[in-house]
Amino acid sequence: MSDLVVPALIQFLLFVLIAPLITGVVRTMKARLQIRRGPAVWQPYRDLLKLLRKGMVIPDTASWLFSATPYVVFLTAAMVALMIPMVVTVAPLSLFGGVLAVVYLLALGRFFMALGGLDAGTPFGGLGSSREMTISAIAEPAMMLAIFTVAVSANSTNLTEMAQFAVSQNWRFLAPSQILAFGALFIVLIAETGRIPVDNPATHLELTMIHEAMILEYSGPYLALIEWGASLKQLVLMTLLVNTFFPFGLSRDWTALGVTIGMGFYLLKVLLLCCFIVLVETTNAKMRLFRVPELLAVAFILGALALISTFFF
Amino acid sequence: MNFAPIGYTFFGGLLAYGVGALAGLLASGKPRLSRTLCCSFALLGGLLEIGACGLSLLGGTGAHWEISAGVPFLVYGFRLDALSTYFNLILSLLATAVSVYSLGYLRSLGETKTVGVLGFFYNLLLLSLTAVFTASNAFFFLIAWEVMALASYCLISYEHRHEATRSAGILYFVMSHAGTCCLWVGFLLLTSRAGGMGFASFATVAAGLTGPWQIAIFLLFFAGFGVKSGIIPLHIWLPEAHPVAPSNISALMSGIVIKTGIYGMARVFFEFLGVPPLWAGMLVLIVGVVSALLGVLYALMEHDLKRLLAYHSIENIGIILIGFGASLMFLSLNQPRLAAIALIAGLYHTMNHAIFKCLLFLGAGSVVNAAKTRNMEEMGGLIRRMPQTALGFLIGAIAISGLPPLNGFVSEWLTYQALLAGFGTTEPLTRILFPLAGALLALTAALAATCFVKAFGITFLALPRSESAEHAQESGFSMLSGMAVLALACVALGLGAALFLPVFDGITGSLLGTRISSDLIAAGGLALTSGSIHGGTVSPAGIAALFVILSVFPALLWLIWARKGKRRVGPTWDCGLPGLTAENEYTAFAFSKPLRMIFAALYQPQREIEAEYEISPYYPKAIRFESEIEPTFEKRLYEPVKEFILAIATRMRTIQAGSIHAYLAYIFVTLIVLLLWGVRS
Repeated sequence: MSDLVVPALIQFLLFVLIAPLITGVVRTMKARLQIRRGPAVWQPYRDLLKLLRKGMVIPDTASWLFSATPYVVFLTAAMVALMIPMVVTVAPLSLFGGVLAVVYLLALGRFFMALGGLDAGTPFGGLGSSREMTISAIAEPAMMLAIFTVAVSANSTNLTEMAQFAVSQNWRFLAPSQILAFGALFIVLIAETGRIPVDNPATHLELTMIHEAMILEYSGPYLALIEWGASLKQLVLMTLLVNTFFPFGLSRDWTALGVTIGMGFYLLKVLLLCCFIVLVETTNAKMRLFRVPELLAVAFILGALALISTFFF
Repeated sequence: MNFAPIGYTFFGGLLAYGVGALAGLLASGKPRLSRTLCCSFALLGGLLEIGACGLSLLGGTGAHWEISAGVPFLVYGFRLDALSTYFNLILSLLATAVSVYSLGYLRSLGETKTVGVLGFFYNLLLLSLTAVFTASNAFFFLIAWEVMALASYCLISYEHRHEATRSAGILYFVMSHAGTCCLWVGFLLLTSRAGGMGFASFATVAAGLTGPWQIAIFLLFFAGFGVKSGIIPLHIWLPEAHPVAPSNISALMSGIVIKTGIYGMARVFFEFLGVPPLWAGMLVLIVGVVSALLGVLYALMEHDLKRLLAYHSIENIGIILIGFGASLMFLSLNQPRLAAIALIAGLYHTMNHAIFKCLLFLGAGSVVNAAKTRNMEEMGGLIRRMPQTALGFLIGAIAISGLPPLNGFVSEWLTYQALLAGFGTTEPLTRILFPLAGALLALTAALAATCFVKAFGITFLALPRSESAEHAQESGFSMLSGMAVLALACVALGLGAALFLPVFDGITGSLLGTRISSDLIAAGGLALTSGSIHGGTVSPAGIAALFVILSVFPALLWLIWARKGKRRVGPTWDCGLPGLTAENEYTAFAFSKPLRMIFAALYQPQREIEAEYEISPYYPKAIRFESEIEPTFEKRLYEPVKEFILAIATRMRTIQAGSIHAYLAYIFVTLIVLLLWGVRS
């Protein structure tokens, strides 16, 4: 039992504690690239602590669903964090669900988030919910195709099996199918985590925002949970991407040394991916909402090509 | 003939339905009495049938009974083999829940004589459905099928004072009979091959069925059963007919009546057809994908709560057919294990859809009763006024969106695994179909989630949008308990999926010759696998447990920091306007706007805006806005067919001159021709 609980606890804490840092790192990097100083990388922690201590205002039109939403959003992201390999190829709870469960648990969080947005009764909430659900729906087929490509070569949807397979074939990320699938998943990552060019995480201008519009009525500890959940979801998706395609440095088992080395490699990989995201965010302008489907269509085609290329390579 | 306990329970259930039907007619003068009698007997029948199915599952052998009717060809043959037991189980579960619900619901229809008639047809429908699922010969099957179609026609047309209801009923009637016609021809072809009408004799000649016979039989049954189950493009009656019926009937129609088509397909494709050609499976798969996707896309554009649910039935039938189609393809690719997994996925989704769709329709029935409208735009805020109903509907919405840990997720997960394995282990180029189907299934599921965020959010959340929604009241005890049974079933079939899977062993054993459930279960019933533990696992029960365990973390945060923070209820941000009203809220129409624009090629939306103003166009006095989407199938496919039939009918009117002399002449000529023909042979 303890060989299940201890790794689960370690990985849970690692994910939950690192997630705000990554959000901070992306913000700082972005600021530097735009020749601003930007906040310290610790700023998200300070924000969370401050929000947790504050009181909150619940809209008088809202129901119990409004209060349940932050928990569901946070907990679904936390559950997913236990199903994917982070620093060790063996994910603590990969028996509970593979990559399909990951996709659907995140969808459960989104489902509640959208309902929470509608519950407050403001037009902003509805607008955000509608757009969020639409964009994630059309991102779904691209994601599924890319996942299928990877899962088929590993012959499993179990993320532990997938990571072990990836480790056993070190240079496979150079195969065309993998490159194409990576491209597709990267676009999906941008869309799912609400980054430019799909959504702007920094904006509070009502006509351009998606994620922010849904959570407009949340305040205090609830907002803290939602923000934490969002950065957790972002880190989870980034981890999925780096560990599936670049499994370097993943430890084979839960030993202290293995975890430490794995952690080093892991942070390096995630930071590199952050650089990539920041580069994309800084060099692109936010798209008009109805241009987003075209971007996601590109992802879909990349996914389909990835799948077809498994016939040949 | 051996009756044994199983026979007594089975026929006891049938008898209860029959008595319920008669009681409805006889007591129709006393609405309250007839209401109580009909529902109680239907409930009794449902419970007895559940008992019979339980005994059949435990006994493991197919019980069968034959009662001669004294009419040539007709034998009342009943058989409870694995497949029949499964479908009868679904039916009796729904019958139980809906009967409990109806006790309260029928009260809302008022104290009219027609309640007894409704009860009569309700019980008759249950009786005929049981017969359809258990009939053991083609002739009896078709009679039960026809009784079922007529009973549901009468139930659909219950509120026949509305023009829309009448025309929906007639559309259903016509389409249903067009389908039945295909079935007759199909069964006659099978009979001519097998030399008998018994299902057992069809099964024995199945192996020798090849070539054009097989193709003809496949296509006839696919079309015939397809009409009943509402596959696209044979679906047009479904979104018309299901919403206009009383809501408890809609629940049965969408929950189980359309499943008769699925039952028929399972029976014919896997038992009577031998090894089907590859393209047959591909056709079923493609039709499944198209139905699923278009079903949900049309559902998204609906703001009539019950029509929205009806379109979702088309979507879910599509998901079931994805499983069936994949299974047929695996059969012809000689992969019986995969065929079994895909078939289980389809059959499991059949039960799951029956249960959550029934739950959603019952919830919608309560809501429609309380808010006095089917239009979502006039609801809102009902979660405060009808909290239990809202919770039931939410559970149904999560389940139908395929979200973990409820039952919809489990069957969709199995479908994905079957498709994935199909791509991984089969050879020909056609295998690219599997992942594409998987991707479109993912799109379908995500759009379904979008649609139910809309349906739940607009109906239940925020401020009430109309007077009647504001004064809505929670429904009574019996209606709530009917829904509670189904909501619990959604949870149980999700969390306890691994315990339920052995039920399919009998079905896959007799249809495909493999018993696979033990391979699909891992970790002592805690998790499901995709056939082997390395292929992929999921544990809905584990996910639910994890949810509870992990909530310790937010609780800790709360204890350490947030405990002292004040929690205040205040007005929603209204941009400085004097108070937020329901008119400021996002509407269902606006919610689906992005998708309407993205899929404009499908919808062909047309809109018309008229603004009246006096001084400047920026200050309009009144705005009229109208928007509609093009009903593509009705316009492009059915309109020409209708025109064609009408044109022929007009031509044929020349024969029907209205003169009695001409008619006598026709009779005379016919008689002569028949006599000559008789003499010749």
